[in-house]
Amino acid sequence: MQLAHYLGFLHRSQLDLAQAFREVGEGHAEEADIFHISGTLAKQCDAHAEKLHPFVERYGEEEAEEPDRLHSELFKGTREGPIGLLRDLHDLYLMAAEVDISWTLVAQAAQGARDSELLEAVEACEEETATQMAWLKSRMKEAAPQALVVA
Amino acid sequence: MDRIADPWGERTPYGAGEEWPARVDTFLDEGLQPDDVDSWVQAASILHSNGDGLEIAVKDGRIVGVRGAAEDRVNHGRVDPKDLYGWQANNSPDRLTRPLLRREGELFEIDWETAMDALVAKSKELLDGPGGWGRFGFYTSGQIFLEDYYTLGVLGKAGLGTPHMDGNTRLCTATAGATLKASFGTDGQPGSYTDVDHCDALALWGHNVAETQTVLWMRMLDRRAGPDPPRMLAVDPRPTPVAMEADVHLAVRNGTNLALTNGLIRELIHNGWVDEEWVEAHTLGFEKLEETVDPYTPEKVAEICGVEAGQVREAAELLGTCERLFSTVLQGFYQSNQATAAGCGVNDIHLLRGMIGRPGAGLCQMNGQPTAQNTRETGANGDLPGFRNWDNESHIEELAELWNVEMLQVPHWAPPTHAMQIFRYAEQGSIELLWISATNPAVSLPELSRVREILAKKDLFVVVQDLFMTETAALADLVLPAATWGEKTGTFTNVDRTVHLSEKAVDPPREAKADLEIFLEYARRMDFRDKDGEPLIKWSDPEGAFEAWKECSRGRPCDYTGMTYEKLRRGPIQWPCNEEHPDGTERLYTDADFNTYPDFSETFGHDLTTGAAQTEEEHRAKEAEGRAFLHAIPYRPSPEVPSEEHPLLLTTGRTVFHFHTRTKTGRAPQLADAAPDVWVEIHPGDAAPLGIEEGDTVQVSSPRGAAVAKARLSGIRPGVVFLPFHYGSWDTDSARPRAANELTITAWDPVSKQPLFKVGAVRLDRVESGGGEPAPAPTNTASAPVGEGIPATVGGAAAEATSRVGG
Repeated sequence: MQLAHYLGFLHRSQLDLAQAFREVGEGHAEEADIFHISGTLAKQCDAHAEKLHPFVERYGEEEAEEPDRLHSELFKGTREGPIGLLRDLHDLYLMAAEVDISWTLVAQAAQGARDSELLEAVEACEEETATQMAWLKSRMKEAAPQALVVA
Repeated sequence: MDRIADPWGERTPYGAGEEWPARVDTFLDEGLQPDDVDSWVQAASILHSNGDGLEIAVKDGRIVGVRGAAEDRVNHGRVDPKDLYGWQANNSPDRLTRPLLRREGELFEIDWETAMDALVAKSKELLDGPGGWGRFGFYTSGQIFLEDYYTLGVLGKAGLGTPHMDGNTRLCTATAGATLKASFGTDGQPGSYTDVDHCDALALWGHNVAETQTVLWMRMLDRRAGPDPPRMLAVDPRPTPVAMEADVHLAVRNGTNLALTNGLIRELIHNGWVDEEWVEAHTLGFEKLEETVDPYTPEKVAEICGVEAGQVREAAELLGTCERLFSTVLQGFYQSNQATAAGCGVNDIHLLRGMIGRPGAGLCQMNGQPTAQNTRETGANGDLPGFRNWDNESHIEELAELWNVEMLQVPHWAPPTHAMQIFRYAEQGSIELLWISATNPAVSLPELSRVREILAKKDLFVVVQDLFMTETAALADLVLPAATWGEKTGTFTNVDRTVHLSEKAVDPPREAKADLEIFLEYARRMDFRDKDGEPLIKWSDPEGAFEAWKECSRGRPCDYTGMTYEKLRRGPIQWPCNEEHPDGTERLYTDADFNTYPDFSETFGHDLTTGAAQTEEEHRAKEAEGRAFLHAIPYRPSPEVPSEEHPLLLTTGRTVFHFHTRTKTGRAPQLADAAPDVWVEIHPGDAAPLGIEEGDTVQVSSPRGAAVAKARLSGIRPGVVFLPFHYGSWDTDSARPRAANELTITAWDPVSKQPLFKVGAVRLDRVESGGGEPAPAPTNTASAPVGEGIPATVGGAAAEATSRVGG
């Protein structure tokens, strides 16, 4: 049973993403929408992690040997200026994508494990992750022409 | 009658389904009688959004007064006090009459040739090379005419090819547009003012109609004074005339509207006040809505909003048991926390009860300015012309074909850039030319210290097109003197889709030019061409612009193709007006067939929490096919809530006697005298511990800045203070800041991008005693004092107007 690793990975990814949303929001506080919405989304990520926690504990009791290289370290601090903003949002998008696919895989595993509670937890969170990606994509699409062609 | 002392005038009561009696209001220059007037020229009201039909009195080539149009469907002859007296500003000696150019820091008078040369030379330099379009930003108004906006939209979107075009409608009605799109598929008000004549319940959501649209309030008051008056609900933290009149007044803590609408929806569901059959047939999203609102019990709402749970139940009963509900929504919702979601909450209430599309059952997501609807329709703001969807390739194809330009020339990679982002690009330096027409952002945008810094930037070329040397014009590099209402011809449209023609009555002062003329001259000199090498803009006068716009509107919800200037001279018409509806359309959605078809709708939808755009595939998958969308999201507190350091909540707004930054109303003596200077409304319970008494000078501070104002102790909700947003610096020598927007926060709704003017945390500090002199605040409005012995607001002989019931 390897599910514990994925749950742990997802749990950690959510906390990392929360932290990255906070850093990007604060690093680009002059972009008022980025600041406010990133704060809201950071809290969403925290809430996801909290929701996952009991399952991490439960499956952690059956933990097998940990496979390598599951953990990713994409985000290394905020950058400056319009292109910096674009790159930071790009990083957040990739981190959110990692979370997004993890929800899908955990949901698959939850079906295999016949764990309806875990399935419910995934369903409650995965839509918010998808919306986070949609927001990041919308915001990047708006910013890209000005940042890449004009500025 | 002194219409300063009594802004609403005499009552003419009427019953449900009856015709609202006419009452013709007139005000002429001192000593003049109607017979002395040379001519009466058709127009409509310009100093608020109601769209009242007026006639301008002309004598010896000058405007000398106004009277209401008795036959007009909107006002039946009545005139708002701002219009009664405000026309005098047209004749003000300090009108701008020559262009001004900044040289070595100072503005100098120049001629038009030099002005246009400077503007065009700068534009061509910026447009040269890749990304030239991105160096331009346009910030226009809700107060110039349809023909002006459409021309501006075409020269910007197809000529320069820039998406950076918005209007001050972003501050006023962006949320109206956003909620209508979200719920019904496109912009366009379902209701009509005549719904007031038929309704048995009125609900006013953050809408102090008594001061923002006085004539609509007269209509409501006349129904309330008639034989079978509608019940009435008001949601407002202030003791507005509306709140005082209402049967149920919810003085919610500002920023909590969404918790209230969620709670009211829950009550409707729990009490079985939902028209289930109608909801099943004509809406989508009921289950999600029910789940989302479930936690919002009256007790929880009471706690969040700071009202009694019993009042929430009473309000729900009023909404749930009436047969014909008419709602209006305005800035108390639009300029507040979770604006789009809360506005959609009101739409939800109407949808759940099937209260849409029949006499008395309807709603208006109101506008704040006379021509705001046109800014949205024509795409001079963050929308595309004809309520088209930027994300729908076939809509862009239609525009490209109409304008005969390449599709790629019309920017549609993202929604048009909203005002706050335009100013941000200017701040960062990527926008280098900012053209501001008929608006005053140096007083009206949030966080003014930042706005002033942007406008004063050396590497930003600021063009200001206006009537007066406003606070913004004073920071411009190029000032273009504009003509105004009464000096130019054009159409405009009010919130219930009524289109008026407003004709030129007199010549503009000296060299001032009509906005349309300025835009056309710019387009000509820039030599914008279509694909065939012909001039992009093929019209040269207002009627030509109107005809061009009609083609753009063809087949869209705001279809004007059945109108002509000639037809509008015979009276106003409600759009859509086309072959099928030659006399216009009183109500939309009478068959509950909404504009949510993916090929027709103005949007594929947004997530209301983040503003994330939904894709075409996602929208199609919902298979809405004419069903309206129900929306709900959980309540979240405002971005800024009171703290130990800033313990009070600030809200900002208007008084009945002024419009915007008083560029006109401040120059009409009767209006200026009625509300001559800024004040701050404070509840006596908040004032007492700080030693603040009526008339004392008080500093109001937020984390961003401060304003100094005289204290008016009023019946406002405890814990909340109010500052009127009208007062800038053009007519004061005092160094004390008095603009409400020195304090407001740079933050906006994620969907409508409307700034949050009505939620900020502030502190009060008493500066000095007022020596017993009361605050300069009107006594007959929401700013009424609680104390005794304060002289009543009157206009005296100078404000004496006539009012004739029966026309």
